[in-house]
Amino acid sequence: MTTTIPRHMQRDRFAPVPETQAARDEDGFPAIRTAFGTTARLVTRYADVREVLGDAERFSNAGLPRLPTPDGENARAGNLLATDPPEHTRLRRLLTGEFTVKRIRRLEPRITEIVDEHLDAMEQAGPPADLVSAFALPVPSLVICELLGVPYADRHEFQDRATRQIDLSRSLEERGRVAAESRAYMGELVDRAFAAPGDDMLGMLVREHGDDLTRAELIGIASLLLIAGHETTANMLGLGTLALLRAPDQLVRVRDEPGAVAPAIEELLRFLSVVHSGIPRTARHDTTVGGTPVAAGDLLVLSLPSANRDPAAVERPDELDVTRAIAPHVAFGHGVHHCLGAPLARAEMAVAFPALLRRFPDLALGIPFEDVEFRSATVVHGLRALPVTW
Amino acid sequence: MRIQADRDVCIGAGNCVLAAEDVFDQDDDALVVVLQEHPAPGQEAEVRNAVAQCPSGALALVED
Repeated sequence: MTTTIPRHMQRDRFAPVPETQAARDEDGFPAIRTAFGTTARLVTRYADVREVLGDAERFSNAGLPRLPTPDGENARAGNLLATDPPEHTRLRRLLTGEFTVKRIRRLEPRITEIVDEHLDAMEQAGPPADLVSAFALPVPSLVICELLGVPYADRHEFQDRATRQIDLSRSLEERGRVAAESRAYMGELVDRAFAAPGDDMLGMLVREHGDDLTRAELIGIASLLLIAGHETTANMLGLGTLALLRAPDQLVRVRDEPGAVAPAIEELLRFLSVVHSGIPRTARHDTTVGGTPVAAGDLLVLSLPSANRDPAAVERPDELDVTRAIAPHVAFGHGVHHCLGAPLARAEMAVAFPALLRRFPDLALGIPFEDVEFRSATVVHGLRALPVTW
Repeated sequence: MRIQADRDVCIGAGNCVLAAEDVFDQDDDALVVVLQEHPAPGQEAEVRNAVAQCPSGALALVED
């Protein structure tokens, strides 16, 4: 059984479909159907999205529809995205120290090695190559495996589970079953960490917080870090490379001007907004958002790609322009749930994009642009493959 | 111009450090540390950018 892809997730390659873009100009928040088959109201304007995300007191993350749990486990335990303060604050503070800008800078030499090894392998094998499977996916997967303490040898299984788990074209039953398999896998790793805690993040959590966290919470935290740690950056690298290949003058800047890299990454984050499933929030009581009344219990679904292309927030929003002054975007979300791994994602991209473009200065699309296959129904937007040559 | 930082509200996203490294830092728990409460005139633009990018609303600018 397949589920209809919610319209707010549909893309015209990089951009949200015109209907979603047009919703910004309509009054109020139009009714939509979610991937769970329930009704919600779609929020598309930048200011409204920021207002809702920025107010965890008025808008809750808890109590949202969930996947079936055939293992009978509490699938919400340790999932930072499904908790409100103060529980969320308690869990997040256990992890934030691992993702400071300074800590991530210390990882940069290792990220560079990993990037170079994958570029070496591509070079040795020679063109053509699929950039997704040769570079975009394995680089962040290996980084998060080492950081977290997940055996890289297990990557094909956990990548396959991650892809199925966030594929909304699959039935809720199947996605629930895959999520339970992921929990069982992570449970084994958590138990191993309890028996012999390593130098990685799982080891740290067990050593320093093993008494404060339940096993289910540890599994939830680690599962979220694993899936969020590779799906997002992998798709930014794939889609970002494609976007730059379509804008050769901008590609040259990212390749040749070190000072251009950081603003270019922010622009790619804005332009691509890969987390595009719609961020759900429930109103705790009657309120208004940007003048629109919202009733207690209303489920709001926030479109990050639409907010990031709101002409009220950024000029010429549908153009990729890596030279624009950095505009605050919501690609990493906003408010207390702002992406924990943002410094890591930025560091990985800051190493990977220029290294790839310098290694292969003649990098080119291996097939016509019209034939590039975009993923259609996943929580994170991306490419099925990116055939390239050089 | 003076920077106000509320460490109880801070979530340790680190956006301020990336936006204005000479003005903001993070402690071992990732919470914001203001290095220069009164930024120099030349730093004003990046400090405003840092405040705008703060996801938790922990940062504010107060005109002296």
